[in-house]
Amino acid sequence: MKKLHLIALLLLAATTALAARAPVSGARKSHVAHAASRAAQELPRFRFENFTTANGLPDNHVYAVLVDGNRIWAGTNDGLGLYENGKWTIFTTKDGLAHRAVLSLALDKRTGDVWAGTMGGLSRISGGRIDSFTQLNSGLSNDVVYGISVEGENVWVATAAGACRLNTRTNQWSLYNERNTPMVEIWVYAVSAAPDKVYYAVWGSGLLEYTQKTGHWDKYDDPDGENELVLFKDQGLIHEIVTSVSYVDSIVWAATYFGASRYDGRYWHNFLAKDSGLPSNFINTVKGVDATRAWFGTDKGLAYYDGLNWAVYRPSLRDGTPEMTVRDANGKVTPVAVTTAPAHNYILGIDFQDGDLWVATAKGLTHGIRIN
Amino acid sequence: MRLLQHSAGIVQAALAVALLAVASLTAVVSANDPVRADDGGDDYASPLEVELSRDGALLYVLCQQSNEVRVLNAANFAVIKKIAVGRVPRGFSLSPDGARLFVANSWDDTLSVIDTKKLEVIATWPVGAEPSSVVEDNAGKSLFVANRISNDVAVLNAQTGVEEKRLLAGRGASYLTLSPDGGRIYATHIYPNPPRVSSDADNRRAPESEITVIDAARAVVIDRMPLHAIAGVFHLAFSADGRLGVVAEYHPKNLIPLAHLEHGGAFAYTLTLFGADVGTASVEIPLDELERYAARPFAVAIAPDKSRIYVSCAGSETVIVIDLPRLLRFIHTHPHPASGSFEQDLSASGNYVIARIDVGHDPRGLALSRDGRRLFVANRLDDSISVIDTRNNRVVSAITLDGPKNISSLRHGEQTFYTARYSFQGQIGCATCHIDSTFDGITWDLEPDGFGRDIVDNKILEGVKDTEPYKWNGGNPSIPVECGPRTEKYFWRSETYDNLTLADLAVYIRALPPRPNRWRLASGEQTPAQERGEAIFTRAVDRFGKPIPEANRCSYCHSGPKGTNQKLFDVGTRKSTDNSGLLKSAPLTNVALTAPYLHDGSAHTLEEIWTVYNSDDKHGRTNDLTKDELNDLVEYLRTR
Repeated sequence: MKKLHLIALLLLAATTALAARAPVSGARKSHVAHAASRAAQELPRFRFENFTTANGLPDNHVYAVLVDGNRIWAGTNDGLGLYENGKWTIFTTKDGLAHRAVLSLALDKRTGDVWAGTMGGLSRISGGRIDSFTQLNSGLSNDVVYGISVEGENVWVATAAGACRLNTRTNQWSLYNERNTPMVEIWVYAVSAAPDKVYYAVWGSGLLEYTQKTGHWDKYDDPDGENELVLFKDQGLIHEIVTSVSYVDSIVWAATYFGASRYDGRYWHNFLAKDSGLPSNFINTVKGVDATRAWFGTDKGLAYYDGLNWAVYRPSLRDGTPEMTVRDANGKVTPVAVTTAPAHNYILGIDFQDGDLWVATAKGLTHGIRIN
Repeated sequence: MRLLQHSAGIVQAALAVALLAVASLTAVVSANDPVRADDGGDDYASPLEVELSRDGALLYVLCQQSNEVRVLNAANFAVIKKIAVGRVPRGFSLSPDGARLFVANSWDDTLSVIDTKKLEVIATWPVGAEPSSVVEDNAGKSLFVANRISNDVAVLNAQTGVEEKRLLAGRGASYLTLSPDGGRIYATHIYPNPPRVSSDADNRRAPESEITVIDAARAVVIDRMPLHAIAGVFHLAFSADGRLGVVAEYHPKNLIPLAHLEHGGAFAYTLTLFGADVGTASVEIPLDELERYAARPFAVAIAPDKSRIYVSCAGSETVIVIDLPRLLRFIHTHPHPASGSFEQDLSASGNYVIARIDVGHDPRGLALSRDGRRLFVANRLDDSISVIDTRNNRVVSAITLDGPKNISSLRHGEQTFYTARYSFQGQIGCATCHIDSTFDGITWDLEPDGFGRDIVDNKILEGVKDTEPYKWNGGNPSIPVECGPRTEKYFWRSETYDNLTLADLAVYIRALPPRPNRWRLASGEQTPAQERGEAIFTRAVDRFGKPIPEANRCSYCHSGPKGTNQKLFDVGTRKSTDNSGLLKSAPLTNVALTAPYLHDGSAHTLEEIWTVYNSDDKHGRTNDLTKDELNDLVEYLRTR
């Protein structure tokens, strides 16, 4: 019975794939061309300005970026940069930063404090003062802090050895790991917290969900198990190796090294490079704009999804020239003439500044200035 | 009324403790030494702060010990009303429109809201841990409350009292000031901040403090003005035009042996000035003069016409009067030291201090009349308010707060604790290092063990009764020995106590109660983490089923209600500068508050005791614990 079920699903998947590749009729062609043109016009276009060490960035390897009003924080491999009024200020371990390599950033919008996750602990930057928490001097579970999210008085932290939460009011640490959650692996890559739910992206252990009201943990896994085949697309999380999560408007956007997922609490929708506008299935980061739109940082460029259409921004893989392509809802890909591109294709962090975009890449920080 | 009854109960209990202590001291001091029979009068008001109503007609007096605000007629000083508030009120302030008086009750973690027309409490709001000061913004939108224990400033809805958020402040956040334009709130703190960068030498560093600057409208921290080598920062005041800010502070010299009192080597007492009148950088100026120190500056008031600055010096029992134009001239005409501080120049104050006015015991809060002619000084340990005529800098009257006429042993001991009169040149008193009878968060090099030897962390005093022997090495058998010969010889280097005074001082110290523990649940139950932590604290078998020797269990050395079996142990923390590795097991009373830890302050947090300084498991068997379990142990310890 199981075999029959599997065969039926494989047939269904094959049919869907063929349908997606089927040629379109003449009338439909016109409609498609129009749609593609409209999508190319309406999808956001940017003038990208790039920052490197040549113009003040502490280091070209940028792991994370955070927008704080008119201030931009850049977590780099060699210090934390603050861009304000056209100038960079650099914070290092001499200023109290837990480690030179800053992997993650989060803003406490209520207090204005910035939290930085580093390779050597968690730092709180408050009014210019930096206090650092490590696994030796505090209850922090591990010094390698991949992700942070601030919600209310709690700072939720993703580390290389489990998840944890610091209550800034009581200074109490709560640790979450294989002993008290459904987490199997404890390599926790990212966290996204909201008043109702907290989601953790766990490398090799799927997506963890914490319900704030009940304190209950739940876990979402790839129904295909740990193999790389996608047998049950849209039946659950796309893959167990979850690298990033963004919870916005009650929608979970999850990134993995093998595709992306959107979950609305009931239904999953997954995205693969072969059937979406994603330039790659290897996704480092995702940031949802709202319930329908999201940005993806991959190893082959920056991608945007507006609910129907996709856009990809990058230096061309062929020759490095600036490139923007639009893939409409029907799968038609249209190039858009551009003169600038993000600093590098390997995208590690994304944040929004009104209509603008800030992007952390492996070789510089990019400011995307919206031009349409 | 209930609060008053409650307070009376506490006083009775304290009195009983004091009587018992006196009885026991007779044996300790000497059979023939005179010990004052307690007169039974312990119902003091202990005025801590004063403030005038907006129209100047009323004088509000915050009474710390009687848990009340007394409202006096500011013309004839007649008592109009006594308003009961919460336990141990520490700070109060009027709303900008003068309609409400907010009182921070430090021991029951509440704010009392007093309607100044009805002169009654109209609301009591829960706040953070040990609220010590409160101000309302000009818009009447937010209340800001400095919480001493949680080291933050809480932001409350000024109409409902609902807490909206907490802003990180300095350690021991205690005093708040609204800038004259209402745009900013300035917060100071009494304990130095923890070190930014951890290193082995951190236990021998100069303290660092800050003035936390908060944007009143957005309620966010926008700046932290560094105060280098400062610990113990108290009231801050602005000139009416907002061009000058002045803050009272201690400048400890903890990197040299405390023996150097005759060379000005223990503390300087200073003001830091900032603002447009001073320039872009702040300036630290001393209040001390060569033969007469200005011990424990607390409150600051600036004359409306900017002619004078007044500073209450609680240890010196004086109010210092500074000629402000002369001070600014001094600052602008003398080359600034590289540090930005003139604190080492004991001749400096001669340029700007024009009077030192003797007032009562432990003078604290100041209030200046709107015309600047009358200065009110709260003499906390005299139950009186000195009224100074600022035209001739003389005390023209003393308002008594109809407390007990006699001075009890307990009170006399407290006066002794808080004065600096016994030390050489009046430099220090017990309360200089034990701020508000607690500690100072600093490590010191004390002389008896040899210069550069036995660096020690200053310990908390509350609950110290019956935990002898004292000192980290257990070298002193009793409080009278600790406070008497040792203190006189090595600290004061001047006048000795007479036996009666020493006995009363010991009575006071022995009667110091522990403040309420904020980590214990009101229900008396434990959180799951605390429960697990207690099991680790008391365990006799390690993770691998191996028995833990009795002397290596937490609960053996830290036994009993105060967490000490009063014996000496080597817990593997001896440094090359230590004369011995044997240390008395430290009491655990309110241990969560008393960082740094270990005898020499090497551990900045409770966690570091075991993650950094217990590699050989000599300070309890802990290396088998997971991180979760160590966190649980810390959660339990916080309840002690």
